[in-house]
Order: sequence, then structure tokens, then C-alpha cells
Amino acid sequence: MNPGLTHILFISIALFFIGVFGFFTRRNLITMLMSIELILNSVNLNFIAFNKYVWPDKLTGLFFTIFVIVIAAAEAAVAIAIIINLYRNYQTIDVEKVEELKY
Amino acid sequence: MNGSTIIFYMLAALILGSGFLSVTTRQIFRAAIFLLFSLIGVAGMYFWMDYEFIAAVQIVVYVGGITVLIIFSIFLTQQAGEKLPEQSMSRMLFAALAAFCGFALILLQIAKHTFTNSTTTITAPTVENIGNEMLGVNKGGMALPFEVVSVLLLAALVGCIVIALRQKTQQTN
Repeated sequence: MNPGLTHILFISIALFFIGVFGFFTRRNLITMLMSIELILNSVNLNFIAFNKYVWPDKLTGLFFTIFVIVIAAAEAAVAIAIIINLYRNYQTIDVEKVEELKY
Repeated sequence: MNGSTIIFYMLAALILGSGFLSVTTRQIFRAAIFLLFSLIGVAGMYFWMDYEFIAAVQIVVYVGGITVLIIFSIFLTQQAGEKLPEQSMSRMLFAALAAFCGFALILLQIAKHTFTNSTTTITAPTVENIGNEMLGVNKGGMALPFEVVSVLLLAALVGCIVIALRQKTQQTN
């Protein structure tokens, strides 16, 4: 069977829910950040596939992908700055153990 | 079964296999390396769809930038060779159930829907077309979001420096 839009959408959904599964199970901030990167990548794959197979006369999906990549880079940088600051204050980055604001 | 199809399935296996290992392995450094392979697979998928510019951006930003940043932060915050704590079985089970339910729901929707190609004219995603449209100020041009996103990047840069700065003790004043 020749791969087309549906195949790429299948990969993108599977990658998205792998990321969601990781986000639910992991309790370490860095691995949660990795799951978010997987989710954002699946969304990018989706945008490019729709751009190629449904609206090939425009480049809008491609621009969305570029902006998502830029914002993901900014988000990862800020998140890692926060994680390092958290580690400096608590000596751990486990979300179960950082609970000062919880009660 | 021609060469393009075989490459597609190999890329799919690379993306999903290393993505799954990345969220299940208990050694955090291996998780980062599996994430790297998954991102390379996504870049290969962009190459397979003939979007070379996006593939190059993916390799430069994700593989070269974000993964290295994540590996650095692992070195800064984790003891070497220490495994992540064991997950409780019920949490794994419910997370897998929730992920599978969402997956099945969306897969059903996609199977029901037929996607039709709206037009036959093709704008090739060459660097020339991308550049003209990205900095265009006419209808459909992307100059304004481009500027907004550059301000966002500057804000993120300054914010990172301020957050990660070591706080001075109060004795200076």
C-alpha cells in the first residue's frame, strides 16, 4: 500500500499519544519536558502533512511549523532555566518532592 | 513495494520505536538519546515529503539545539548512573488506558473522514517561495508574526538569564 496522508496522520497520532503517556507516567521534570517535545513534533508533522496533501497551493502549514519550532525552542530554554534554578534550591527535580506551594 | 514505501516504513518504525523507548526507559540519559533518534526520524519524514527547508530547520534546532540543551541539563541535575524510580503499576496502567482511548477515538474520526485535495496548483516549498512569503507585507505575508516571534525569542533569552542567575546574598547592601 502506497503511503499517503492517512499513514502520516497515523504516525503523528501515535507519536502524540506516546508523548501523552510519557507526560502522565514520568515524575522527573526533564523527562516530562522530553514528552512535550515529542508532542510538539507530532503536531509539526501533522501541519506539514496537511500542507502537502490537502492544500499544496499555499505554504501556511509550513509557516505554522516554523513558528511552532521557534516557540518550542524558547519554551525549552525557559523550562530548563527554571529546572536548574529549582535544582539549586531543592537538590531534586522530582515533581512529587517539590511541593512547597501545595498546602 | 518500491523504495520510497520501504523508506517510509523504516522512518515510521524509527520514530515510533525510539519515541516509545524514550518515554519508557528508566535511564534518563538513554531517554535523551532515544529522543534524539526520534527527532532525526521526524526530520527524515520531512525529507521524504520533499520539505527540505523544514527538515534542515528540524535538524538544526531540535537535534542540534534542544537535545544538547536537555543533555546539558541532565548533567547538571542528575547523578550519573542513577536510575529513575520505579513507577507504580496502577499509574502506568491508567496512563496507558487514557492514551489508548484518545488514540482510538482520533483514529476512528480519521478513518471516517475522507480528505480531498482542494486544488491542483502547487506552490513548491523552495527557500525562495518561503522567503518571499515570510517577509511579505501584502495579503498572506508573514512579516508581522515574524517580528512578534523575534520579540518573543528576545524575551525568552533575557528571561532565561534572569531566572538562571545565581541570587546574590543580601549582605551587599
